[in-house]
Amino acid sequence: MKSLADAALLAALAMGSALGASALLQASWPRRSPAAAILLWQALGLATGLAAVGTLVSLALPGGHIGVVRSLLHLGVFFPGAAFRFPAAFGLVSVLPTVLAAFRLTCLVTGLALLGSLCWVLIAASAAVLQARRRQRVLLALLAHGDPKVPGALVVDYPTAAAYCLPGLRSRIVVLSVGTLELLGRAELAAVLAHERAHLRERHDLVLLPFTALRRAFPRSAMCGEVHRAVALLVEMLADDRALRGRPTRELVSALVRFGMAGTCPTPAGALAAGQGDMAARVARLLQPVRPLPAAASAAVCLSAGLLVAATVALLIV
Amino acid sequence: MARITGTLTTVNRLGDLERAIMEVLWETDTPLTVREVSVRLTERNLAHTTVMTVLDRLAKKGFAKRQRDGRAWRYCPAATRETYVTELMLTALDQTGDRTAALTRFAQSVSGVEADVLRDALEVIEGNGGGDEESG
Repeated sequence: MKSLADAALLAALAMGSALGASALLQASWPRRSPAAAILLWQALGLATGLAAVGTLVSLALPGGHIGVVRSLLHLGVFFPGAAFRFPAAFGLVSVLPTVLAAFRLTCLVTGLALLGSLCWVLIAASAAVLQARRRQRVLLALLAHGDPKVPGALVVDYPTAAAYCLPGLRSRIVVLSVGTLELLGRAELAAVLAHERAHLRERHDLVLLPFTALRRAFPRSAMCGEVHRAVALLVEMLADDRALRGRPTRELVSALVRFGMAGTCPTPAGALAAGQGDMAARVARLLQPVRPLPAAASAAVCLSAGLLVAATVALLIV
Repeated sequence: MARITGTLTTVNRLGDLERAIMEVLWETDTPLTVREVSVRLTERNLAHTTVMTVLDRLAKKGFAKRQRDGRAWRYCPAATRETYVTELMLTALDQTGDRTAALTRFAQSVSGVEADVLRDALEVIEGNGGGDEESG
């Protein structure tokens, strides 16, 4: 019976996490403490995925006194002799009706397929990102040059304003277009560099990767799109906060505003709508600074994120 | 791209050469032989084989195209400089349409009501901040 209880608990966790994610989308506190909110997003994502897989798999397993992961190993699916134990476990030779056996088999296959596709989506997205970055590095080596106005950054002869970073283990590059150099003054450029270097230093790209992967995997899911956008905005706000250290707010804000209004590049349909309102949100947040969450509240958020993941993993293993 | 002074690694040296040779190819309208490329390279006294190796590498990477001309190969760029710059920037601005979002960018361009909001913000900033560091 334990596996049925597990299934119920895991299903509750998956549903709860998904509901929590919807609530977090609506909440206004995340922009007060982006780092804590990002941690909670990661926990919610991980818990939803693991619990959904766990629910399906535990429904498929025979009642026992051990957790899903160990039952699965016990089942012998991955071990020699599976052919002998497998039918027994699924009740094909016992009194269980065939319908129940079919149901269990379906759950098992669906659960494992879900787990496999989640892993695959993450791997595919990582590969795509790595490939795009490799191509960027090759092209930059042929095209980019330095500029004394932006020490340490690479400059590309392109008239439209563009600034981004290329994270990596061995080389971390900030790239600016000539259009950016013409658009912004020295102080504003320094603010942009500080913002991009915060992305590089704290590897915000890795934070974003799983959410990008989900958006790629479910391009029609409004939820995945909204979650990705929310996390991407939080990551930008975090880098904005870092860029403000030892620097007047004015420089970053005017860099953001000039940048936002300078865009003249042709945009395929849908590309702009993706982040509509985000720039205004960042600027508003800088102009009327919100107080960060109190330390206790921030700690509570981090603690709940940790507990959520711990509870899910515990249910799967114990 | 920080170059360590003193000992240049082979990789860096080849990288710099690739770049210099592509510049030569982009600046010239007609396909060039290895020798013609060597002559056009500024302040370099490079071995013929070195230039040939680099051109070969560029051809393998797809940046240069080559065609037979008698007993020699003639090289020309596979695409214009602008084409590559555009490719670079479209990926960076996440406008390739594949929603990979390989790179995070500083800011995106806005339109409509949002642009008005930003314009107001700029006025606020410039209104009470003073223009001591303004430039551009």
